[in-house]
Amino acid sequence: MTTTVVENDVDNALVADQAREITTKVDRPDLIFRGIIRTSGIAVLTVMSLIGVFLAYRAGKALNVAGWSFVTEQAWEPDSGKFGVAAIIVGTILIAVVAICIAVPLAIAVALYISEYAPRRLQSTFVSLVDLMAAVPSIVYGLWGLFFLQSNVTGVARWISTYFGWIPFLSVEGADPTDPLSPSTVYTSSTFIAGIVVALMVAPIICSVMREVFSQAPSGEREGAYALGSTKWGMIRTVVLPFGKGGMIGGTMLGLGRALGETIAVYLIISPVFIIQPRILESGTSSVASLIALRYGEATNFGTSALMAAGLALFLMTLVVNFIASSVVARSRSGAESG
Amino acid sequence: MASLNSVESRRSTATFRLTDFYSLVGALVAALSLSLLLFTKILPFSGSIGFVVVTYIAFIAIYSALVSLEAEGPLIRDKIATVVVHSLAFLMLLALVFVVAYTILRGFSALSHLNFFTQDQSRTGPLDPLSSGGVLHAIVGTLEMIALALLITIPLGISCAVFLNEISGRLSRLVRTIAEAMTALPSIVAGLFIYATFILILGLPKSGIAASLAISVMMLPIIIRASDVVLRLVPANLKEASYAMGTSQWRTVWHVTLPTARSGLTTAVILGTARGIGETSPVLLTAGFTASLNADPSRNPMISLPLAVFNFVKSPEPAMIARGFGAAALLMLLVLLLFAVARIIGGKAPGALSTRQQKRRDRQSHDDAVRMAQSSAVTTDAGTP
Repeated sequence: MTTTVVENDVDNALVADQAREITTKVDRPDLIFRGIIRTSGIAVLTVMSLIGVFLAYRAGKALNVAGWSFVTEQAWEPDSGKFGVAAIIVGTILIAVVAICIAVPLAIAVALYISEYAPRRLQSTFVSLVDLMAAVPSIVYGLWGLFFLQSNVTGVARWISTYFGWIPFLSVEGADPTDPLSPSTVYTSSTFIAGIVVALMVAPIICSVMREVFSQAPSGEREGAYALGSTKWGMIRTVVLPFGKGGMIGGTMLGLGRALGETIAVYLIISPVFIIQPRILESGTSSVASLIALRYGEATNFGTSALMAAGLALFLMTLVVNFIASSVVARSRSGAESG
Repeated sequence: MASLNSVESRRSTATFRLTDFYSLVGALVAALSLSLLLFTKILPFSGSIGFVVVTYIAFIAIYSALVSLEAEGPLIRDKIATVVVHSLAFLMLLALVFVVAYTILRGFSALSHLNFFTQDQSRTGPLDPLSSGGVLHAIVGTLEMIALALLITIPLGISCAVFLNEISGRLSRLVRTIAEAMTALPSIVAGLFIYATFILILGLPKSGIAASLAISVMMLPIIIRASDVVLRLVPANLKEASYAMGTSQWRTVWHVTLPTARSGLTTAVILGTARGIGETSPVLLTAGFTASLNADPSRNPMISLPLAVFNFVKSPEPAMIARGFGAAALLMLLVLLLFAVARIIGGKAPGALSTRQQKRRDRQSHDDAVRMAQSSAVTTDAGTP
């Protein structure tokens, strides 16, 4: 039937085969709609770039005065022209590293527990619990660190420094291990304590990213491992962990970004010093965010510009960390599948 | 016959056996006794945290030894890994719950006074007991700031997310990259930006509006990113079905895309709100400090709950610290409430409806069917003569 039609109307068929020109006509309501959403896109773009440009512009003043000494100088006295981020960046990184070292093993354990070991019925409860913990305000963690952890963890810090003090960054100056009555104040307000608090704060964030990728591990491969006689841990080690590697690295970087930018909890705990202080158990450390919170009020115009420069340095650091995180997640097998 | 019976009897497929239980309990008891002995008799150690750590290490060691008596190779590693994962997960969940419980417990003494919710701090000194003064000014401040911030971020954030999904091109890729980069912006830097522009350059006073702008700057990228993900999950065939019926783009977005993604968008906004409500540092730089109630966000300093906590605990007075914990517990409860609302509304796949929504949808559809039947009946009637 169809063939006869085609044979009879060869001319018509030829006409129909020619490519039509496709034009999309956008009518007026759609034009207005597209205009509105494009405007809001541009508005967001403007505000966001304005922040970057403005930060860079204001920071530029201070950077011009300080020059390269901004990277090498440890003191923070902008009004006498003697200021730099060497000490505070080192402090920030040390706190973040301590936090990550504590948070990552815990986060991996919780993520594995929730996705592999927990009873099915409790899984969603644990997931909401971890998500809720990620939303707990940082000041709550800060309070806990200041009033509970500070007084309870000094014993551990003293013990570590007494027995492992021969490792350079674990030693404490001014502490006398032979004197049991020596004051414990040299152990408070340290990088170590701030790191523990920040660790508890970022662990839920890291954990929820990891759990997400662990639960996506293909069940075919899991069952394949079991069919080859693997134990549960063998299956996790050979299927789940390699599959979730990208997510683990990405989640860790995401947590690192948050740890670097944490302000209030760190501010409450540390006692600021402006020298490079690599001994993590000893009192006194500093971080960029807490420096800004500490000094913004008394800062002169130039002092604010110097704080902006410190803020810019912090922002660039978190930006790099976040970009590495998102590219690692996007390249990994688990990230590519989740989109 | 007997052999047949033995073949037919069921094997136990349980993975957890009684011996596992015995070795767990045995290892625990042995570890506890060992560390008690170490701490009280042999070594000069003290402190509860140290005790727990030593017990834990001893427990793992003894358990490994016990397990290796009866199993071998991969099975030992499996058993040890199971115990380590369980205990670390338990430790961390316990620590997290403890942080929250500690705050609420210590805040309870302040929360149990009714005046804590109905008074401000203007007539209360640091030495006054908890029966005087409260955090009404901070509650009002928090609610007003977050309401103003939401007024800015919801329309802007969601329409920007719609833009990212509806109009593809170089511009939207750029906006997406920048918004993603801005999620890395430390909150203190957002506060510093508003402080430097609004307060130092434009010369405006510290106020609730400045604080809500700082919170908005911080929340906007979070909301855009979360809404973008949710909108991308809307099934393409729903949108294509709408276009196939000749619907224009904005009607498709308004009547198909946004309603389908409604629960996800709500969750995105609520989670962004939870982040914004608990931020201290942007408010610290932009809102100023006040001890009295100020309901006008455009003038005079304002204070929010996290900032009030921060100021309370800087005082050495026990009553002020108790007030700080009370305010922190209140803040926690607020976040908890937001989170519960998010769980109830959200957590559903795009397009999944509650029973009531489903009933409404059915009724609408039924009404439409009746209307169409009537109108076609009218046209056929009109057509017959």
